[in-house]
Amino acid sequence: MTPFTTLTAIAVPLDLVNVDTDQVVPARFLRMPRASGYENYLFRDLREANPDFVLDRPAYRGAKILVAADNFGCGSSRESAVWALAGFGLRAWIAPSFGDIFFENSFKNGVLAIVLPGDRVAAIRALLAAKPGTELTIDLPSQTVRLPDGAVEHFEVDPFRKECLLAGIDEIDLTLRYEKEIAAYEERQREDTPWLG
Amino acid sequence: MGLTLYEKIWNAHAVATGPGGRTLLYIDRHLLHDGSFHAFEALRKSGRKVRRPQACLATPDHYAPSGSRDTIADPNLREKIETLAANASAATIRLLPIRDERQGIVHVVGPEQGFTLPGVTLVCGDSHTSSHGALGALAFGIGASEVAHVLATQALWQSRSRKMRVTVTGSLRPGVYAKDVILALIAKIGAFGGTGHTIEYAGPAIRSLGIEGRLTICNMSIEAGARAGFVAPDDTTFDFLHGRPLAPKGADWDRALARWRTLASDGDARFDQEVALDAGELEPMVTWGTSPEHGTRVTGVVPDPSREPDATRRASMEKALRYMGLAPGTRLEGLPVDRVFIGSCTNSRLEDLRSAAAIVRGRKAVVPALVVPGSGLVRRAAEAEGLARVFIEAGFRWGEPGCSMCVGQNGDLVDAGQRCASTSNRNFEGRQGKGARTHLMSPAMAAAAAVTGRITDVRAILPE
Ligand code: SF4
Repeated sequence: MTPFTTLTAIAVPLDLVNVDTDQVVPARFLRMPRASGYENYLFRDLREANPDFVLDRPAYRGAKILVAADNFGCGSSRESAVWALAGFGLRAWIAPSFGDIFFENSFKNGVLAIVLPGDRVAAIRALLAAKPGTELTIDLPSQTVRLPDGAVEHFEVDPFRKECLLAGIDEIDLTLRYEKEIAAYEERQREDTPWLG
Repeated sequence: MGLTLYEKIWNAHAVATGPGGRTLLYIDRHLLHDGSFHAFEALRKSGRKVRRPQACLATPDHYAPSGSRDTIADPNLREKIETLAANASAATIRLLPIRDERQGIVHVVGPEQGFTLPGVTLVCGDSHTSSHGALGALAFGIGASEVAHVLATQALWQSRSRKMRVTVTGSLRPGVYAKDVILALIAKIGAFGGTGHTIEYAGPAIRSLGIEGRLTICNMSIEAGARAGFVAPDDTTFDFLHGRPLAPKGADWDRALARWRTLASDGDARFDQEVALDAGELEPMVTWGTSPEHGTRVTGVVPDPSREPDATRRASMEKALRYMGLAPGTRLEGLPVDRVFIGSCTNSRLEDLRSAAAIVRGRKAVVPALVVPGSGLVRRAAEAEGLARVFIEAGFRWGEPGCSMCVGQNGDLVDAGQRCASTSNRNFEGRQGKGARTHLMSPAMAAAAAVTGRITDVRAILPE
């Protein structure tokens, strides 16, 4: 996994609540192999219905940060939603709240998902809409988002996720280091709850 | 201070503490389906093996055709179903294959087979895994990376969620069902009211529900933003499980039962949030928009976005109404529908089919209507007790088990612009097909829509 440390990039605002992963990648594309490039299906129906969809506006070209509204990525567990957004070039997303599974899937793909208070995120979206092409700077070690006017937002991140992102750790590799503990747990389980064997 | 059941199950599955204090949680049970191919692919690429095949159960559902299975004409469906079978076979994972009568939607099959048990941790690469909490399991949906992780290690790195308790008092009136309870809850707390939480459903109204109703409620926990929801097990749970093929037997059953009887939150356990609902006040619910939180009583009207003070929420509501082709103030009752779908992991079990058939009996569907049982065993039971005949004689299509029109991945799609009365769980834009307009409701309400061609208050046509 590519490590994530700092990022200065154009940020694009998406001013909708409850953006579900069915909208991010419509179900009819889920049968495609990952190698087909899920970015090709990103927001397919929304973009077809609206040629002026915010991700397609020239002023936001090259954006690497998405600033969304409440409950972004709710619904289906499809990790392809993260693959599509990341394949499009996004490396971080900021919202007041995320769908729990989408949030988890983000970190598994080296993407930083940042939760900030709703009024602050709304203010950032308003700023990005007023001045398209505005860049934000995200600094993971210091857990900050810096706005062009110098304002700094501090965010919380689970220390485990932070460490994995900073080092680009593969979680399965990490877990395999706990093989002894897992085996011991299974041994105990065979005694205590043999019917689960 | 006492512990919640969530904490007890969690503590019993903590394998180790890792970096940043995160917990490595042991996973007892893993369900796989025909959409799980990405995870198998990732596993293969990394050269890793399935650690504990006996902890897994696989069955095709998303791509299972609802028509005849003698030959599967669509190569896309065939390929997905065959890929699952090949992946399962290579890893020696137990598979309920497409032509096996036990095949069905993973969330119907797990409980039905006794694979889902009280107190276990259970995962599946599907968000509606929350369903299995109905049996007192800690069950949650995961993405493809985590599926691969569980296949390889039988564990997952997790942080504790917050705890919410939803207490439902009173008793449901005729024509009001478990589906209405959960739609009303989501309308009340919102589609992200449960984000970051695990919900424990409690109270007399939950206790008096059978396992099927509890499954309906736990199923849609995710639509309230909660990754997991559960009901502490009781005699209803134990009676349901006794004798199921994969449930413990003999002396194991007695030992298991003794253990399961201890699975409850302590009286002085603390929850981060408490929500109360009075079942006796509920009416049949129906959704008007494109989020499960867009629910209202069937006697209600489409809300007016201009009354919404928050600009982003207002814009989202306006977008939803444009998509749904609805104007503020429109009464939901009487709204014509183009088709009806009865099925999905929310409402495709025998009790659901019974409540729908009770409305359909002696009437005819006036719009195309499809019933898809959740498993082959549900289908056979419904045939044995004459429910299938009720549907078929009324002009419904009687499908083979699977997800079908809930998500349309098997080709059962709602056409653009069409309005569908559906017993599924998501009214998202495009969920049942590009441009499809979904109204979520209970099976009885969907049956009423089928026989009248419009959204109808089922209480007006309930049998004596
Ligand atoms: S029935 Fe629908 S919600 Fe349930 S598992 Fe299948 S596609 Fe998902």
